Amino acid sequence: MKSKTLNKIDIKIPALSQNESLARQILCSFASQLDPTVEEIGDLRVIISEAVTNCVVHAYRLASTPGYIYISAELFENRSVKIRIRDTGCGIEDIEKCMQPFYTTDPAGERGGMGFPIMKELSDKFKVASILKKGTTITLYKKFGA
Amino acid sequence: MDTAGVRCEMKNNRLIITLEGDLDHHGAKYIRDEIDKAIFLFRPMSALLDLSSVSFMDSSGLGLILGRYTRMKETGGILKIVNPSKEIQKILCLAGLEKYIPIIKNQETLTKKS
Repeated sequence: MKSKTLNKIDIKIPALSQNESLARQILCSFASQLDPTVEEIGDLRVIISEAVTNCVVHAYRLASTPGYIYISAELFENRSVKIRIRDTGCGIEDIEKCMQPFYTTDPAGERGGMGFPIMKELSDKFKVASILKKGTTITLYKKFGA
Repeated sequence: MDTAGVRCEMKNNRLIITLEGDLDHHGAKYIRDEIDKAIFLFRPMSALLDLSSVSFMDSSGLGLILGRYTRMKETGGILKIVNPSKEIQKILCLAGLEKYIPIIKNQETLTKKS
């Protein structure tokens, strides 16, 4: 049975690197309503940072101006948070490859190639949906007190 | 926002790199450039990356550390990580970096020869 929704937010921010920290702060403040531990909120901070950074670095790399990142977050009565981070950028050609540790499409940028593996490891559920030239949506769940 | 900062100085023939703030994609380029300038200038055989004052790190930080490790290795030097927080150590371990880069957990080591 689906747990009852306690609260929900939707935000839209330009895909600029200075907004990586902003997204972390907004979403972690929002999720703090579920009273997570320091470690749980630390995990969430990293997951959000990885997802938003992917939008900033990869999604709009072919566009003349940066597009937007659409974020929705929902808190549930069973102390879980669902976060969806979406862009309308270039899309991902091979999601499986991106899930492999140290795989990067941007070696010159010294990216760690650990974004997706870390997001997957730190989330309780993690899903990536992508269509080329349409964009990518990352959906994840994190349950506190699990 | 917790802006990233970096300070590089030579002490006891070692390059001490002190980072502070959030180590994410936004701050990584500036930090990377500053460290590379110091490595080029001082040509150290040993570098210590002090993470005591880093409040946050994601995979952009991993990329930065791996890149500096490689740069030091290319010139015959070594890089060690000093005082990562519990959260940062978790990220380092998820990437398996601790297998390649020694982690020192006692800040005292910055002033001693090892």
